[in-house]
Amino acid sequence: MQALSFRGLTKTYKNGVQALKGIDLDVEEGDFFALLGPNGAGKTTAIGIVTSLVNKSGGTVEVFGHDIDRELAAAKSCIGLVPQEMNFNQFETVTTILINQAGFYGIPRHTARERLEKNLNALQLWDKRNAVARSLSGGMKRRLMIARALMHEPRLLILDEPTAGVDIEVRRTMWTFMRDINAAGTTIILTTHYLEEAENLCRHVAIIDKGRIIENDRMSRVLRKLQTEVFVFNLRNPIAAAPALPGYTVTMPDDHTLEIEVSKDQNLNDIFSRLSGVGIEVLSMRNKSNRLEELFMRLVDKGSEQAAAHV
Amino acid sequence: MTQTTQATAMSTPAEPNLAHTNLVGFNTIVIREFSRIVRIWSQTVVPPAITATLYFVIFGSLIGRRLGDMGGYTYIQYIAPGLIMMQVITNSYGNVVSSFFGAKFGKHIEELLVSPLPNWLIVAGYVVGGVSRGLVVGGVVTVITLIFTHLHVHDMLVVMSAVLLSSIVFSLLGMINAIFAKNFDQITFIPTFVLTPLTYLGGVFYTIEMLPQWAQHVSHANPILYMVNAFRFGFIGVSDVNVGFAYAIMIGAVVVLYVACVWLLQRGVGTRE
Repeated sequence: MQALSFRGLTKTYKNGVQALKGIDLDVEEGDFFALLGPNGAGKTTAIGIVTSLVNKSGGTVEVFGHDIDRELAAAKSCIGLVPQEMNFNQFETVTTILINQAGFYGIPRHTARERLEKNLNALQLWDKRNAVARSLSGGMKRRLMIARALMHEPRLLILDEPTAGVDIEVRRTMWTFMRDINAAGTTIILTTHYLEEAENLCRHVAIIDKGRIIENDRMSRVLRKLQTEVFVFNLRNPIAAAPALPGYTVTMPDDHTLEIEVSKDQNLNDIFSRLSGVGIEVLSMRNKSNRLEELFMRLVDKGSEQAAAHV
Repeated sequence: MTQTTQATAMSTPAEPNLAHTNLVGFNTIVIREFSRIVRIWSQTVVPPAITATLYFVIFGSLIGRRLGDMGGYTYIQYIAPGLIMMQVITNSYGNVVSSFFGAKFGKHIEELLVSPLPNWLIVAGYVVGGVSRGLVVGGVVTVITLIFTHLHVHDMLVVMSAVLLSSIVFSLLGMINAIFAKNFDQITFIPTFVLTPLTYLGGVFYTIEMLPQWAQHVSHANPILYMVNAFRFGFIGVSDVNVGFAYAIMIGAVVVLYVACVWLLQRGVGTRE
């Protein structure tokens, strides 16, 4: 079953800006789905339409088979939203915010209290249950919004840049938490500017740019579309000049580092044997840039060029 | 926070019982609104109590003694229902306009907008919040009134129904103000420049029989005149207007304003893009 389905989704704002230009998209139940795009691409508009914070101009949206035009309440009951901006009452306590949220979805208080304890413990916020929301740190506020979105145990969790401004330690623990709830059956749609996050967590990815989907496939297949990758080799001993490796583009940022561009039809074994042949010992190796980031930039740049050509 | 065992186990839920969801949701809105009134009691209950006390001291006791009777009652007894109603009206209005606009401004109105609760229920929840504050403040002012004078009750049913309908009307008006407001100036503009003059000119402090003929005609266009007089009729059995007509106006206003509020939320005016 599809957790979310868009057909011909369009949105034109009152000022004439066409934020979505006829989007078709399907997210399978149980998926961990990345919705990526540059600022202003239309991601938040699409999420706003699904959660009824934005009125659509055209097209259809279904959430677990519930059309938002005909069965809005049923569709909304399936969704948990973690928005980009803080949108809880800063003067209320953590407990009050969560109990109220559960109430808005018809969850009685005694059940809400059980879920509150479970979610706050899981997100390491239990100690802050009586704290006023405005006294929490940025990372805690982000986790509070995740805990809030889970109070009615939604089948579809939409996370709009949930780790923005969060330090790396908290971010990584949030990733583990997201993986766990996805493994427990919740479909997750994630938008993020940390493409490493999307590459690590998501099985499918759609890239949206200027209101259109420009890529939509399995993450692994999308990444395979990259023709070349740059690897960084850290060397045991310093070298005076970059070795000549026919068929490869080699650069030397410093005397202990080589950067080698490898295309899809080449292999790393060949590089290692050639480096060994010229007496270079490799200590470690890594990708120079995040692969998804590289692909993202290429797709978005290509989209911009095509748009410019049509002007 | 990372143990798998602690992760939320998401089971496929049964079809939600919308009636149950609505009932729990409605209770949640009402409890939240009432908690807010209690939490900020120094802004919600204390100022009207002080204002009412000053009115009774100055207009009731000091000036009132020199004015003689009005409608067969002492001046303080004549103005008491109007002073109670004035506080009910301004507090019902003020509660909804500040709470709803505050939720818009802080964006936590989105908690309700993304929930499955229907718009008619969201409006009803906020109105009950406004009525709660109106009645709490009305009760406090009534107690203060009893310190200064005896309150005769002509018809308790009229007293209760008039105060309830007036409170609902002004809660709904407060909501409409909050829906359209884009900044804090716009939620103070209507109370200052429209509500306060209409209240003072709505027969709180005088009978419109004291006015010249043309001013009496103009006063009949003021909806607050009907509310104050219906309420006063409940206490002392005296009214400047036909009480049945006053009820027709209040009930009509409740229906029209409620439908308008739901329609505005449905359209997303001021709340959705």
